[in-house]
Amino acid sequence: MYKYNDFDEGFVRARVAQFRGQVERRIDGSLTEDEFKPLRLMNGLYLQLHAYMLRVAVPYGTLNSAQMLQLALIADKWDKGYGHFTTRQNIQYNWPKLGDVPDMLEALADVGMHAIQTSGNTIRNVTADHFAGAASDEIEDPRPYAELLRQWSTDHPEFQFLPRKFKIAVTGAAEDRAVVRAHDIGLQIVRNDAGEVGFQVIIGGGLGRTPMVGKVLREFLPKADLLPYCEAIVSVYNLLGRRDNKYKARIKITVHENGLAKIQELVEERFVNIREDFSGHDQALLTEIEAAFVPPAFVKKPTDGYEAARLANPAFRSWTDTNLSGHKADGYAIVSISIKKHGATPGDATSEQMRVMADLAQKYGHNELRISHEQNVILPHVHKSDLAKVYAALREADLATANIGLASDIIACPGMDYCALATARSIPIAQEIATRFDELKIEHDIGQLKIKISGCINACGHHHVGHIGILGLDRAGVENYQITLGGDGTQTTTIGERAGPGFSADDIVPAIERLVTGYLDLRSDENETFLQTYRRLGMEPFKAILYPSEDKANAA
Amino acid sequence: MARIFTPKVVTANALLEGDAVWLTEDNTWTRNIAEAELITDEAHGDLRLLEAQARADEIAGAYLADARPGSSGPEPVHFREAFRTRGPSNYHHGKQAE
Ligand code: HEM
Ligand code: SF4
Repeated sequence: MYKYNDFDEGFVRARVAQFRGQVERRIDGSLTEDEFKPLRLMNGLYLQLHAYMLRVAVPYGTLNSAQMLQLALIADKWDKGYGHFTTRQNIQYNWPKLGDVPDMLEALADVGMHAIQTSGNTIRNVTADHFAGAASDEIEDPRPYAELLRQWSTDHPEFQFLPRKFKIAVTGAAEDRAVVRAHDIGLQIVRNDAGEVGFQVIIGGGLGRTPMVGKVLREFLPKADLLPYCEAIVSVYNLLGRRDNKYKARIKITVHENGLAKIQELVEERFVNIREDFSGHDQALLTEIEAAFVPPAFVKKPTDGYEAARLANPAFRSWTDTNLSGHKADGYAIVSISIKKHGATPGDATSEQMRVMADLAQKYGHNELRISHEQNVILPHVHKSDLAKVYAALREADLATANIGLASDIIACPGMDYCALATARSIPIAQEIATRFDELKIEHDIGQLKIKISGCINACGHHHVGHIGILGLDRAGVENYQITLGGDGTQTTTIGERAGPGFSADDIVPAIERLVTGYLDLRSDENETFLQTYRRLGMEPFKAILYPSEDKANAA
Repeated sequence: MARIFTPKVVTANALLEGDAVWLTEDNTWTRNIAEAELITDEAHGDLRLLEAQARADEIAGAYLADARPGSSGPEPVHFREAFRTRGPSNYHHGKQAE
């Protein structure tokens, strides 16, 4: 794993000291809120409905055990004993006191972490495939590039006041688990006809009020050109992006308004101009970074115990069926720990659970953990012969829910339970849907289904790319939930279509239940997923299920 | 004709804790909306908001929120403001736990 060098360490410590001074001046009244707000946002500190919120970056979703233990300690010492993992591979603390935040940041710096650029109109935490370095379908581990991008973008003097926030995601696998097509820049590691490895560069994707699927800016970018090319994109955007209207300020709108061809021309022109300034320094840095990401020393040992345990314990078998993914090393598996127990808040882990996961990573997982954009925690490298022990420990800690990729593995943003921008709640809807499907005992029969919920048009809960998306709105002072169908956040990214009028808070869960049980009757066979059925049949049959009385009225 | 002014309270987040507070008639900040000053006059409301905003070392983000008279004092009108009087619905945290 990447470890801070003296420069990183010095920089982060200096930032903490600076922010400590700013907090002191805010508390004694010498800074107004208007003056302080941009300063706190640069350090990941928001003010929400009931308290401050500190957003901490987990760069490209990778953590070691010591870092996870420190997150648990911070939760206990300065928060209410839990943390919320988000779709951008961050962790949010919902209850910090203003005066404690510098100490929290100091505690993060102790383990090489920070909250810098988790907010504001800067390049945000660079996200990556949460199976990076472990996935069997990967060309290369994307994290060295993500770390290179992190170092380049952190405190980049030209890019501290962009027209709007800027998000970059990287994946090294053909199967897109990092939603790269919904980012300002999405990077997909590919191989060209000559067999060389490089990047397909995608720009202008994004969700929010104007959802757009990213477009390919460059089919093949040689690896060595990554930084100058990204710098060219961001600097073109910095000049061209609109600052007159924040709803039109993201690069997706810049691309839309100017056309891909013009952006391409400007980026290539700028790229040629700045390329030589990089003079190989970035490549030397990359070599240094790559050394920190050498694969762990995978062991070879028999896996017979695993098969025997599967046969002996049906609950374990069910968990291995849903929560494991293929690993590139023989005898290993990738474990997804569900932070979506039925009825619990999606993405919330208690400090005790964090400690259990840290301990398991240390004992059985080559000391590595990941945070997924689907708000789960991953142990990327577990030998199959250890899975039964891992499962038993997870069960003790209430972390053994076997629902990865199923109906109750719901993404939900904080919504109006916390977020000041929300127009409705999202967490209780997620809790009720998961509880209901658990009661019905049909989610394993339903199979792969992605339900995603946002509490306002900003779409932090990715509802546009949910097979079923739910958007919470305020309709004349009452919470109302709009359904979209057919969204997809993978390599075949699609923005979901609105099904029709919204549902009240009381009616939304029955509506989702109708929709999903209705799908069971529509699918051609039990291998056809919800999304496939939707793609085959289109909106109409689903609409008829959602709005049955309207159907009758039309027929009458 | 001038539009009708709906009653308001001045509300903000406390500077140190970040939780919701309301301005009382005697210029203190209360954590109980029922103790807030219910403002029924638009010009008075604008003035009270300015006064609140000037108190930078006590609060952040002051604004006027709709409220209605209740049996024991002002009550929130909108559900967002009602949540601010209680706390989140997924845990027994915030004001409902105090
Ligand atoms: C204090 C809480 C939050 C605030 C104020 C906030 C604000 C926003 C805003 C304003 C946008 C729209 C940006 C645009 O279209 O220009 C947005 C988008 C987004 N946010 Fe949040 N957000 C919050 C919490 C979260 C959380 C908890 C997550 C992760 C679960 C998250 C992840 C995202 C994502 C993935 C998008 C959409 C992708 C895009 O940028 O287009 N946000 N957020
Ligand atoms: S989608 Fe809206 S309600 Fe949900 S976290 Fe984002 S800004 Fe808040």
